[in-house]
Amino acid sequence: MKAAVLVFPGSNREGDVAQAIELVTGRKPQMVWHGDGDFEKTDLIVVPGGFSYGDYLRCGAMAAQSPVMAEVKKRAGQGVPVLAICNGFQIVTEAGLLPGTLMRNAHLKFVCSDVHLKVETSQSLFTNRYQAGQVIRVPVAHAEGNYFADDDTLKRLEDRGQIAFRYCAPDGTVNGSGNPNGSIRNIAGVFNETKTVMGLMPHPENAVEPMFGGCDGKALFEGLVEALT
Amino acid sequence: MKARVHVTLKNGVLDPQGKAIGHSLNRLGFAEVGDVRQGKFIELELAETDKAKAKARLDEMCRKLLANTVIENYSIELVG
Repeated sequence: MKAAVLVFPGSNREGDVAQAIELVTGRKPQMVWHGDGDFEKTDLIVVPGGFSYGDYLRCGAMAAQSPVMAEVKKRAGQGVPVLAICNGFQIVTEAGLLPGTLMRNAHLKFVCSDVHLKVETSQSLFTNRYQAGQVIRVPVAHAEGNYFADDDTLKRLEDRGQIAFRYCAPDGTVNGSGNPNGSIRNIAGVFNETKTVMGLMPHPENAVEPMFGGCDGKALFEGLVEALT
Repeated sequence: MKARVHVTLKNGVLDPQGKAIGHSLNRLGFAEVGDVRQGKFIELELAETDKAKAKARLDEMCRKLLANTVIENYSIELVG
């Protein structure tokens, strides 16, 4: 699996996700600067976390208009898989690749902790190594992760199985106590209609080594390798 | 020509920042303050003299960048 990781001014998790990819593929991904309107064709594009463009105007709003994102939109339209994490999720929603948006956390605080996620489906490139209903533990680190979409959009997402992960309690109960940021219906990650683009606020790339408190994120990358190699 | 753009959250979209501002005002003794909604104010200098054209371009700017129409409304005001 050949992967490209985008780098914007203010990205800060590009190294983490590059390491996670190298861990499962044995090869370094290609790092692509935000000003590059063209880059080598790859099997996967990753939009990493951070604070692109200093979160000016709205998180991800500036990055969504960068030359590299015009190319990402084009390739996503052709079916190239895109994994968008944290600020990357904000960027791809701003770019119109995923529905909804990420608002300021309901409690207005930056949240940095491990959270539990319920895997909603195993039927995707990104989640094929998980079981539907499985509970995994991965970290979050954000101030604007409060997912919001209008009722019509939410209904469409639910009906078409486009919800990838929900925040939950350690026992898998989807409730308010497991929700770190106020996200509507506890949504932590969503797919586009074809399930080739996935965005999520938590950081699976930071849960791939036992040394860092857990490996529950590793299966996401292993699943991608299996699907895309 | 100068333009002023106001970006506000749509009705029905929760505004925790507005709520926090309201609470603080109440705490400071401004008991008359009820619901508070906050937003953004953007002032732009335009090299355009035709008002209709300017408005159309500003509308496009708002939709493409200045506002996120999933959660935000915008209003445009031309000055001078």
